[in-house]
Order: sequence, then C-alpha cells, then structure tokens
Amino acid sequence: MAEAAKNDDLLVMSEVTKAFGGLLAVKDFSLSLPKGSLQGLIGPNGAGKTTAFNLITGIIPLTSGSVTFKGERVDGLEPYEVTRLGVARTFQNIRLFSNLSVLDNVRIAYHAHAGYSLGDSILRSRRYEQKERELTERALDFLAIFKLEDIADEIAKNLPYGQQRRVEIARALACDPALLLLDEPAAGMNPREILELMELIHFVKERFGLTILLIEHQMRVVMGICEYLTVMDFGEVIARGTPKEIQNNATVIEAYLGKGAGKSAAS
Amino acid sequence: MELGYLFGTVLKMMALLAWIYGLLWGLAREKLWEKALTIVLAFAVIQGAMLFNVGDFSLFSAFDQGLLYQAITMTMVALGLNLIYGFNGQFSLAQWGFYGIGAYTAADITYRWTSGDASGLVVVGLGVILGAAALFGVSRLLRLKRGVPVLSAFTFYLIALVVVGVVSVFLGGEISAALSPLFGTAGAPGPLASPAALQVVFFFSVVFAGAFAAEVSFLFGLPVLSLGSDYFGIATLGFAIVVKTLLVNSDTILPFKEMKGGRGMIGIPKLTSWSWAFVFLVLVIILVRNFVRSSTGRATLAVREDEIAARAMGIDVAGNKLQAFVVGSFVAGIGGAIYAHFMGFLSPASFDFIAGFNPLIIVVFGGLGSMTGTIAAAFGWIFFLEGFLRVLLGQMGTDAPTWRFVLYPIALLLLMLVRPQGLLGTVEWGFFKAKATSKRHKAAGEGSAPESAKAGD
Repeated sequence: MAEAAKNDDLLVMSEVTKAFGGLLAVKDFSLSLPKGSLQGLIGPNGAGKTTAFNLITGIIPLTSGSVTFKGERVDGLEPYEVTRLGVARTFQNIRLFSNLSVLDNVRIAYHAHAGYSLGDSILRSRRYEQKERELTERALDFLAIFKLEDIADEIAKNLPYGQQRRVEIARALACDPALLLLDEPAAGMNPREILELMELIHFVKERFGLTILLIEHQMRVVMGICEYLTVMDFGEVIARGTPKEIQNNATVIEAYLGKGAGKSAAS
Repeated sequence: MELGYLFGTVLKMMALLAWIYGLLWGLAREKLWEKALTIVLAFAVIQGAMLFNVGDFSLFSAFDQGLLYQAITMTMVALGLNLIYGFNGQFSLAQWGFYGIGAYTAADITYRWTSGDASGLVVVGLGVILGAAALFGVSRLLRLKRGVPVLSAFTFYLIALVVVGVVSVFLGGEISAALSPLFGTAGAPGPLASPAALQVVFFFSVVFAGAFAAEVSFLFGLPVLSLGSDYFGIATLGFAIVVKTLLVNSDTILPFKEMKGGRGMIGIPKLTSWSWAFVFLVLVIILVRNFVRSSTGRATLAVREDEIAARAMGIDVAGNKLQAFVVGSFVAGIGGAIYAHFMGFLSPASFDFIAGFNPLIIVVFGGLGSMTGTIAAAFGWIFFLEGFLRVLLGQMGTDAPTWRFVLYPIALLLLMLVRPQGLLGTVEWGFFKAKATSKRHKAAGEGSAPESAKAGD
C-alpha cells in the first residue's frame, strides 16, 4: 500500500485477485498508470485482460486487493460511480445504444452532469429549457471535434464499423474522464481504419489530456502507440516493459507461441 | 341499423383519432396561448358532441361515452406501461395490479366520503404525503452510507412506511372524527357534504390513488428491479396475483368491509365527468412525454438498449429503472381512479392478471417506444373490441360475441407477422416528437461533410 501513495499515479491496482469459483481469472495483478501515460495491456486470449478492465470499472467486484484512482479507493463502488469519478471505457464488441441517434448517444453520457432534475423536466422549468439547450450545443460541438457532427441524426446501428468505433470513443470521452480504457479498439478494422484509429487515439490524448490504458491484439497498434506494456497470461503479469523490451522477451513469446518458440526466437 | 351503426362507429373512432392527433399537434405548438387554445378547443369539441341530442338521436350516446372513458383509462395505463416496457425495457405484468390499487384506493376515498366519513381521504392523504417524506428521508440517509445492499435498503424503507402507515391511521382517525360533525345529517347536510366538496375530494382521491400506487411500486420495484428482465417479469406476475387475491379478500383478511371482497364494490359515486377525464388525460400525456423527452428519459432508453454500456456512461441503472417504474405505476393508479368513478362498480375479477395482458398487447400493438402508437392502439382497441365488434357480432346470435376473441387474436397474429415492431414502431407525432436539434450545422454551413463521408465508406 505504501507504493500506492505516489502522487503522479492516476490509477494504481495493487495485488488485485478475482476468483470465479475455483478459477483465478486475475491473480495478484498490480499496475500503476502515471498521469498522462499511454499504456498497453496485452496477452493471449483468455489471459484476463478484459476482466482486469471490469475490475477497474466496478462491473464485477474483486475478490481481494485494491484499486485506487486519483488517490481514492474505487473498488466496491458501483460502475456508474466509478465513471462519474472519471474513468470511461469502450467495449471489445461495440456497445453503442444502437437504436438511438449519434447525438443521443453522446447526450446520454452527459446525463450525470445534465444540471437539471427530473422535477425540472416534468414541469419544463426554465432551468430545463436552458440546460437542455446548453447540453445539446455542447454535444454538437463535441461531435464536431470528431467530425461526426454531420451524422448526429443517424441511428447508431446504421453506421459503418469504423465510424461506430469513433462514436463509441467520442461517447466515452463525453463522460469527461481522466482515464480512458480502450478494450480492443482495433478489432475487426481494416488497415486504413487502424491508421485512422491510431491518429484518433493520439489526438484525443493530447486534446483532452488523457491517461489511456488499452487492450489490443493488433501488434501494429500496440507497438506503434504504447509507451509501456504489461503482458498477462493465465491471469498473471508475466512481463512489463517498453514495446522494444517486450518484443524480445522470451516469456512473452512463449506465452503467445508455445514452449520452445521462445528459445529459438531469442537465440 | 346494422350497417348504419357500423358505419357510424367507425366514423366516430376515426373522428376521435383525428381529435387526439389534433390535440397532440396543438400541444406541440411553440406559443403558450396556442397550447391553451388547443386544450380548450379539444375539450369543447367532445363536450359539444356529448350535448348534441336531437330527439332520440344522440351523436355521442351513453354507450359511446362509456367507450371513450374506457379508452382514456386504457390510454393512461398503457402509456405508463410503455414507459416501463417500451422505453425502459422492463417487461412488467404488475401494471394491472397498480391499476387495481389505484381504482380501489380512489373508490374507497369517495365512497367513505359520500357516506359521511372523511377517514378515507384523511388517512390515505396523510399516508401518501408522510410516506413520500419518509421514502425521501430514508433515501437521503442511505446515500450517506455507501454500498448498502438492496435488501437492507428495502427493509429500511419498509419499516419507515409501516411506521408512517400506523401513524397516519391513528392520526387520520382522530382528524376524521373531528371532521365528522361538518358532514351534518341527512336532513341538514353540512359544508363537507356539498357537491362542490365532493368534486374537490374526487380530485384528491385520483392524485392520492396515483401516489399510493407509486409508493407501493417503489417498495416492490426496489428489490425486484435488480433481477434480470425475465425474472423481473415473473416477479411482477406474482405481484399482480397478490393484488387480485387481496382484493378478493378485502373484507376478510383486509379490514375494508365496504369493498365487499369478491362480490365487488358497489355504490361508488360516478364522478368521472368529461372535464375530469380530459384534464387527467392531458396531465398524464404531458407527464409521460416530459419524462421521456428529458435527460432522464434518454438514460431510460440507454438502459433499454444496453445496461452495461449505460453503467459505463455513469447512469445509475437501478435508480433509473425505479424512476420509470414508479412514474409508470403512478399513471396506472390515476387510470384506475378514473375507471372506478365512471363504472361506479369495481370487481376484483376485472383486475385479474389475464386482463392485465390487455395493456401489454396495446403497447406492443402500438409500438414499443411509441407514445403516439400507444394512444392510437388504446383507442382502437376499445372501439374495435368493445364497440362495433360487440354490436356487429351481437346481431349474429347470442354466442356470436365470443367470435371477437377469435377474430381479434387473428388480427394480432397478422400484425405481428407483418409488422413485428408494432403499428408505429418508434415513430412519434406532434407533441411526442423529440425536438429537432442538430439542424445547427446546416445553418452554419460548415464544410466537414466530405471528410466524414470519407471516413464512413
């Protein structure tokens, strides 16, 4: 716990364990994310990466350990409370509100900060009128940053895949987070879309002063944009380091390609 | 007579639909005086039609008026259900139970009042107001301490409400005893026995009935809404059965002699006039629409679309479901109160859960997530099923009315095959429509269109 006190770490996970019955999905997982960093979390399928994300955002409760965000314990909080503290995420398989418009998808993210109560909206008070107008303006300005303003009225499910990703990232950022968690953002994208995505990630990181943690299988993305990597296998951290170091790490290669492969690649 | 009657009924139904869409159109106007004018006109048109009697011809006979009131109560119940099921995605059979609770609560208040007893109004009024305060207070206290399990929270709310119940029965008994001289005697009625006082009491009975249903729904929904959708559906079925059973035994296991249990409650004053029905219809329409077209309403839709994503967007999913459920039940309670006072008779058999499928079918028929469709379906349903079909098939012989329950399900089957999303899908009209919001960039003329088109190929 002493090491968790470092001030420049936005997120600190220390010895987090999650057991599903007898299965240890995540075991003694520790991670610290300095403010403003862009880190990657990689590992073979089933390594527990998405579970780690779910533990941060509180979607599933952890068995032991602690998660600290901005110096505050967040394990045990409801997911919506974690989000309101400033953690936003996207999902492995896009989870847009698919029958709603792009604009509404973003406006929903503003709900926690709408600035008017249910009573205001039922009585249609002046505060409702004013805040609702502001909120819509803000959402449209926000969409304009992502060049999505022209499709604000489109129903989300009718958009092409790459654009849905874009909307999902925009929606997550509309929650006004300090930490953005991206779960396989490049999954299912063609090479050109991947390039656009990498640009987008760089852009939002600078524009919003974000700290980003991403899970990704596309090595091109991981090696291209991450500053630091954590590698998981069977719920445990097997390696940490810069992309260069990881590329030559025998344990990592073994985890991905099987025993024996590590030796021949390292030699 | 048959063809003429059929033609007349269809025409009336069309006229009513046109009327309601005119109302929705007028309410969507920008200026306040336009809205007010719409409301006055909409009221006057029907009132005029009701007064139009020449000889033995009446444009809007007592039978038609009955259908109209039925359509209005069904509209309320179905609008509330659409909020819960269509907009929030929670399949609920409890709506009919809340409808029954509202009907019996309001009926008991006015029944007691007309027999010179203010206790119904005072006790329910006190209970509802203190109950709301207690629920609010407990929720504030619970918010101070994080992570209270839902069942513990439920227990606190339950204890608070039981205390409130005991207090209001005791206090209310004292107050109403003090009020009883004001009713006067049969020979010399006091000020509280006047017809004007009864109208005021009727208004409060409707509001309190809705509020009572809402508070019961809060208590019921709190633990049950955290279940997944299907399990929630089963739990609500249980609720509907409990309500009906309690109503059947209201004079034995519950202390309400005047409800007469399974024999049915008679002698409820028929206070539902066109004015009241219209006022409450408009209020309910405005309430539901304002709920849906707000940030909370958008959150409600988000919960329907994807609960996990909604959580990740900072939406308190459990709280949001509860809000929609309580508002929907409030509306059902109001519908029940209006129903009780135009029928003048309540039987627990009407609140059987089987009948509770009616609003469900209406909501699906009109389109899940379309308030416009719900109103159309509710009016269509009543006039189709209860109106001309009954009369038309009635000509064929005594057993023939049964045929409508063959014809009607076939119509339903066909609709589900052809349009599974319901008559209107999620299309809205007039007042219910979301305001157009993203016109701005077209006016500003920013030329980012080619770029986004490129990204979107």
